[in-house]
Amino acid sequence: MSQKKQEKLIDEKGIRLDGRKANELRPLKIEVGILGNADGSAYIEQGKNKILAAVYGPREVHPKHLALPDRALLRCRYHMAPFSVQERKSPAPSRREVELSKVLREALEPSVFTEYYPRTSIDLFIEVLQADGGTRCAGITVASLALADAGIPMRDLVTACAAGKVEGQIVLDLTDAEDKGGEADMPLAYMLNANAITLLQMDGLLTSEEFEQMVNLAVEGCKQVYQVQKEALKAKYMAAKEVVKEEVTEE
Amino acid sequence: MSSIMASRIRQKRIAQLIAHGKRLDERGPNDYREIHIETGLIERAEGSARVRLGKTEVLVGIKIEAGEPFPDVPNEGVLTVNAELVPLASPTFEAGPPDENSIELARIVDRGIRESKAIALETLCVEPGKKVFVVFVDVYVLNHDGNLIDASALASLAALLNTKMFNYEVKEGEVKIKPGYTPLPLRNHPVAVTFAKINDKLIVDPWLEEEQIMDARLTMTADKDGKICALQKGGYGYFTTQQIFEAAKIALEKAEELRKLVVKE
Repeated sequence: MSQKKQEKLIDEKGIRLDGRKANELRPLKIEVGILGNADGSAYIEQGKNKILAAVYGPREVHPKHLALPDRALLRCRYHMAPFSVQERKSPAPSRREVELSKVLREALEPSVFTEYYPRTSIDLFIEVLQADGGTRCAGITVASLALADAGIPMRDLVTACAAGKVEGQIVLDLTDAEDKGGEADMPLAYMLNANAITLLQMDGLLTSEEFEQMVNLAVEGCKQVYQVQKEALKAKYMAAKEVVKEEVTEE
Repeated sequence: MSSIMASRIRQKRIAQLIAHGKRLDERGPNDYREIHIETGLIERAEGSARVRLGKTEVLVGIKIEAGEPFPDVPNEGVLTVNAELVPLASPTFEAGPPDENSIELARIVDRGIRESKAIALETLCVEPGKKVFVVFVDVYVLNHDGNLIDASALASLAALLNTKMFNYEVKEGEVKIKPGYTPLPLRNHPVAVTFAKINDKLIVDPWLEEEQIMDARLTMTADKDGKICALQKGGYGYFTTQQIFEAAKIALEKAEELRKLVVKE
């Protein structure tokens, strides 16, 4: 619902504002292990989204009474930097951030063997440095890598990607402008090896056929992101291997 | 009867029954509990409704007040949904600022009403960019016996249908209330249907003891034209794509049934 004269989000040839086709992802860049203090960390750039994730733990639970006798307590904080959006956002957590922290935790927890670390906590922090639509999905993708980087045993990486409906077309990986000007946005998180959907939200209006198409498209998007995710994780250990090799040859 | 958790043996029984398509309270997998709806119980509110879904009980009050519009939609009224899990409703609820559960509940209800464009918000503009009416939907949980989402969404819809907008005039930029009422303009009727996944089976309308053992939860909100207008997955488990498509079919049918209880033609 915009009053201003609206730029068309998709042109006659089916090309979107940023030059992408309907089923194309934004450029994706992921790095693993970039923060010094955290037990695990990762950074993602997906289009203009820039997001950092860090994991501390398994560690002692504070306050102690929250500790669980049979598994680790997974805690998650999704937070946006005040300068991450057009108009400055108050740093205090908004209702949106509280909800997202909850659904992100629930999207990641199915992947973690929390039962290996009873009475401990695994604390996950997601900081959005710059936002341009789809931050919860990019946040899940990067957080899952931070968990892996921390050496926490997992069933699979969790990958997330949104599909949506813009000007009547089903499209993948919506930008902020497409989300606001479009008819529907559906973030989905997926564990590839288990065919498991761990996050599913949607706002907008959809027929059941459109809904099925969107789920299938989002799953396809997740499969592409998964490859980049896996490469990023490998890259960290390949780099370490290079360093070791150099040291060995120097001796 | 203030025990919070069902005993282990009971939990096991519930899960076993569900694996065989049965439930402890003898409902089928796609059956709702008995639903009672009353409207107009709170005279001070512009609209109100109480929904009893089995032993779950939710009261929704609607207040309408003059306020400021959002800068990006200067000529539309504002919808605000808030949920209170008041301590009298369950031994697990505590007083204090809204926690993540009550925020999530409010936001799911909000999404259904907002995305289906149920309230004709453009009719609630007094002075573009300056003054509009704010519709406050306050969800008050009175007794928690599971599936607060569907009960709250249904009660919110019933309360909105019951809402009377006061007549007013604008004098020197101030809104003056005049005698008489008109119904709040509604053009859509969103209804939420919630599933629980237990033992890899889907059931609708989980009650408290089923919620305690569910792996995951999925809410689908359907509008009056049979379109899906909101989705929310919750809980620590997952759904397969097949389960989600199956749920969508059931949700559209169930939403139609529930809507008939509230929307009387």
